[in-house]
Parts: sequence; structure tokens; C-alpha cells
Amino acid sequence: MGILEVKGVNKRFGGLQALGDVNLSVAENTVHAIIGPNGAGKSTLLNVLVGKLIPDSGSVMFDGQSVLGRKPHEINQMGISRVFQTPEIFADLSVMENVMIPCFARRDGAFRMHAIGSVRNEGDIIGQAEAILADVNMLAKRDMLASALSRGDKRRLEMAMCLVQEPKLLLLDEPTAGMARADTNNTIDLLKEIKEKRNITMCIIEHDMHVVFSLAERITVLAQGTPLVEETPENIKGHPKVREAYLGEAQV
Amino acid sequence: MLGLNSRDFKLLMIVIFMTLAAPILLNPFPVDSALGESFNAGYPALMQRFVIFGLLAVGFNILFGLTGYLSFGHAAFLGVGSYAAVWMFKLLSYNIVPAMLASVIVAALFAVVIGYVCLRRSGIYFSILTLAFAQMSYALAYSVLSPITNGETGLQVYSDDPQVLMRAGDPIVPHLFGLEMNSSVTWNVGGWQFVFQNGYYLSAICMIIGFYISIRIFRSPFGLMLRAIKSNQTRMSYTGMNTKPYMLAAFVISGMYAGVAGGLMSAMDPLTGAERMFWTASGEIVVMAILGGVGTLIGPVLGAGIIKYLENIISKINSDILHNWFAFMPDWMDNLLVNILYPFVGKGWHLTLGVLFMVVVIFLPGGLVQGGQKLGALFSRKSKSSNSDATTAGTANTNTPAE
Ligand SMILES: Nc1ncnc2c1ncn2[C@@H]1O[C@H](COP(=O)(O)OP(=O)(O)OP(=O)(O)O)[C@@H](O)[C@H]1O
Ligand SMILES: [Mg+2]
Repeated sequence: MGILEVKGVNKRFGGLQALGDVNLSVAENTVHAIIGPNGAGKSTLLNVLVGKLIPDSGSVMFDGQSVLGRKPHEINQMGISRVFQTPEIFADLSVMENVMIPCFARRDGAFRMHAIGSVRNEGDIIGQAEAILADVNMLAKRDMLASALSRGDKRRLEMAMCLVQEPKLLLLDEPTAGMARADTNNTIDLLKEIKEKRNITMCIIEHDMHVVFSLAERITVLAQGTPLVEETPENIKGHPKVREAYLGEAQV
Repeated sequence: MLGLNSRDFKLLMIVIFMTLAAPILLNPFPVDSALGESFNAGYPALMQRFVIFGLLAVGFNILFGLTGYLSFGHAAFLGVGSYAAVWMFKLLSYNIVPAMLASVIVAALFAVVIGYVCLRRSGIYFSILTLAFAQMSYALAYSVLSPITNGETGLQVYSDDPQVLMRAGDPIVPHLFGLEMNSSVTWNVGGWQFVFQNGYYLSAICMIIGFYISIRIFRSPFGLMLRAIKSNQTRMSYTGMNTKPYMLAAFVISGMYAGVAGGLMSAMDPLTGAERMFWTASGEIVVMAILGGVGTLIGPVLGAGIIKYLENIISKINSDILHNWFAFMPDWMDNLLVNILYPFVGKGWHLTLGVLFMVVVIFLPGGLVQGGQKLGALFSRKSKSSNSDATTAGTANTNTPAE
């Protein structure tokens, strides 16, 4: 039994079958990659996992509990954090404030009325936020406005915001897209380090096969909304079905 | 100091000084001088309006400034606050303590209900819903609810009202344990006259407390959450925060400020009518906040002050007064100037306000506070161009909302 069990999930958008009978089992404490051509339904699958979309049928169990029908903030509080394909950050707030908010969410839950004490006096929260910024090499930019960051920095900031929550399951939707090679390698190292330090399960969507093969322990190939194969990285290279799905789209 | 950082503390001290010294600061000209007649604003009725509307705008800013949700029906809370206070005068006594408490509580309950419904939508739909609610309250106050609101006559205290807590010898005007709201001390110095009124000082103290609380809210984790909601509600949900109760709390707090303001209005003059809830009153609050600077601490107070000043001072100026000013000029020049200025004064004060509002929105989207910061930056650059540690508005740290 994996920490995440997706069974028979279907999702249609009008005439388009975005997800067709998706079954996926992600084992605890592993890095599971989902690859597939553009429009395969990868992001749609994540949308179902985090409560953004409700599937037409099927079940999604996380940690023994169903996530279907729960609100996004409830699912996050269960321990699922997501890095989006286009960064979702608090553009009008400083980098530091961006990472402090998930710290508050982790400590205080979905709602707490603390309207009188000053944020400046929240030593613990400030400490956690600074530590994660140091981990992603962004401490020097702590007072910058998030909207002023480069694309790669925005992604790293969003990753820091998710990591600082210490989720049980981290969903990453193309975390290195738009990053320079050096930043991509840093991200790989960061994720590896996180993986070793904490008990964390990751589900990563990536087009960059270098990233996939550096991190993944299991790989699922999705094409036209349906999983084709699930294999270890060694066995996925040269798999005939995978070649068929990609047909030269990436050098597998 | 008082849980504030030094910048905020300084700002609070300035506000306290300005409000407490307002009776003197706003009467810079001798009473009998032409300028004094036109421009002295230090009379109690007007000063009360400055601080009461200031309080209203400060509360409105907690909702609009922090969360970005534009309530276009805020005057409804002002209205129910006023009614609640007058009812306490009618039922209990003229003591303003129960009246003010009732204002806050009733406005809060009202805000919970309206907020719960309106916050199901965001953006323009939220604004329209709040507007609809306020207009509904206005219409009901004039019709079906007449037994409670006394319809068009307005709600007031009659001699046969129960006033169960009233004892013989109690003042028959609103009072704070005997301290009558409308009594004042007048201080004559030379040609100058300064009036210190109890009612004004009570309102001023309420405004100062309200302002202090708003600073604390702005700097608190709660304030940070509200700014985060304004910035990206999606990220907020996927970060495990339930935005609904945060929004509702902001809405209710903001409504309570309006309730206090309404209660104060009744305490200053125990008579209230439905027109306080009319949509133009709600619009005025929005204009105050935007004019002064939305999301800044002092902006709304500034905006409220300027609008009430224009409304009461500029609207008093008529063509005779204008002719008086320019009497020293040749006739043709006098007439020309009067003709140019006339549309902007008297009943035309709305035109002045409109022009000012447009100029601010176009050139200073951050309101007059932004204008002040720009000026400040300009001056400090000029005077200390060699001094590298000059803290100008341009380099103000980004992680706290500006003053
Ligand atoms: N909300 C929606 N409404 C309608 N169609 C949608 C919606 N979301 C996704 N789709 C469609 O569903 C299909 C799968 O989209 P999805 O975003 O899941 O692909 P993806 O695998 O993430 O692709 P990419 O690699 O380009 O990110 C696409 O054809 C897309 O156009
Ligand atoms: Mg995608």
C-alpha cells in the first residue's frame, strides 16, 4: 500500500478525456516521476490530487484517507504541498514574508486569529523561514519583493515555501522549467538532500530527463490521460511503449 | 514602545498630537478676520466629523487596504451603529457607554451576516453584493422597518421614552457619566478663540485607539495573512490557509469600526436617519481611503480630513467672499478671478474634490501619502545628497506597508 493510491480516476473536459482510468501508487519515501508528452494530463492529475479539480469517477487515497471532496487547504493540512507549473507565490510580499506564511500555516493550522502580536516577535517562525531561505540560497534576497525575482528564483522560492511545511508528499510540476543549468543542478542537489534528511515522498513531473533520471526511483509514463508503463529508471530507458509515446520528443 | 516599532510609534505620536491639539492647530486665524471666517476649521462640529470619519476610514482600510476587497456598502454599518446608540438613549439613558457598546455589537452582528453572504464572491461581485445589501438596508429603514427607525422623521429621543436607567438630575443630552458631550471650554487669546469640546475629545480618543489597533493589526500575523490573500488567494489555499474566516474576520472588524463611528455620531447628536446608509455615503468612504492612500496607515485619516475640510470649508465660500479677497485688484481682474474660481467653491466643492481625486488617482496611485513620500524623498535627496544613510521613501523596506 503506497502513501498515495489513485484508483480508476477519470476526468473529462467536454469531449476531451484528460484522464482515463488512471491508477497510480506512490510508495512512501520514494521519488516518483510522472513523464509524458505535452497535454498528457500530468498537471490535471496533480489538480485532482490537491483538490483543484474533482474527478468524474475514481478514488484518491492519501495516508489512508480520501482526499476527494476536500478543500485545497484541508488537503494541504493533511500533508500535501504542491509546486505549480507557473509559480504561485505572493508577488506583492517580500521573499521573507512568502516563506513565513507557510510556517504560520504549519504552526497554527488553517485559521488562527492573532491580530495583536507583531510578526517581528515571531522568533520561531522567522528562524524557520531564514533556515529554508539559506537552504535554497536565497537568504540575501530576503527583503526583495517576490515579483522582482527572476523566473528561476520564483520557482526556488515556491519550492522553499512548500519544503518549509515539511509535507509528507511534495508534488512538483516541472520544478526546473525555465531555470539555468546551474540552478537546475542546485535544485537536484537540494531535492536529494531533502530526501535524505527527511521522510518525504515526492511526485515530480518533468520534461528534463536529466532531472528525472537523477532523482526518480519509479517512473510512470502518461500519454493521452492514461498511464502506459510504470517502471524503474533503468527499465524505462529504451522501453518500446515509451519510445512510441514520445516519438522523438525527448531523448529517453 | 506600546508594541510598536519606532517608525510606527512616531506616527502614532504625531496623530495623537495633531488630534489633541486640533482645536488650536485648525484655528490659525483670528475669529473676526476674513481668513478666519473662511478657513478656520477648529469648531467642534467639524472637528468631530474629522475624527469620526477618520475612524470610519481607518476601519474601512483594514478591509480594503489589506485584503483588496472593496466594500461599497460600508455606510450600512455606520447606520446601524447610529440606530443602536439612539435606541440605547431611548431605552436606558443618555449615558453613552451602553450606547457605544450596543453600536459595536449590533454592527458586528450585522457584519457577520452580510459578510458571510457577500464573501462568497470576490472582486466586482463582492462590491455589488455589499452595495445591494446597504441599499436594501436603506430602503427597509425607510419603509417596513419604520417602527424601529422612525422612517423619514429619523430616530430621536422623546420625553415619553422609557429611559429606565435615567435618574433625576441626569443630563438630558448624551453624556459620559455626567460629562456632557456638547459642553465645551472656550479659550480666548487676543483675537483668537479656541473651543475645547468634550464630544470632540471623546471622538478623538476613540479615533486614536482605533488608529493604534489598526497599526497593531497591520503588523500582526493576521495582517500578514490578509495581505497574502490580497496578493494570491490561490497560493493561500494551497498553503493550507482557510481564507474564508480570515476574510470574514477582517470584514467584521471593519464593520465594527463603522459601528463605533455611527455610535459616536449619535453621541454627538442623538438623532439619526436612514440617509446615513445611502450609497453616496458608502462611496464617500471609498473616496477617502483612495484619496489618502489605500493600504497605508495614515492615508485614510488624511483622506477623511481633506474631504470633510472641502465639504465644510470650501462649500461655505460664496462669490461675496471671493470678491472680498480680490478687492484690492482692478475690477476686471477681480471679476475674472472670481469667475474662474466660482465653479470650484460653494456648491461646486464637489468639482474641486473631483479634480483633486482625478489628479491623485492618475499621478499618485498610492494616494496623498505617496505624494508626501515623494516630496520627502526629494527634499532629503537635496539636503543630504552626500549622506548615504538617508532613509528616503524610495528605499523604505518592502516588508512592511508604508506609513
Ligand atoms: N480546466 C481545463 N479545461 C479544459 N481543458 C483542460 C483544462 N485543464 C487542462 N485541459 C486540457 O487537458 C489536457 C491535459 O492538460 P494538462 O495540463 O494536464 O497537460 P500536461 O500533461 O500537464 O501538459 P504540459 O506538459 O504541457 O504541462 C490538455 O489538452 C489541456 O488542454
Ligand atoms: Mg502541465
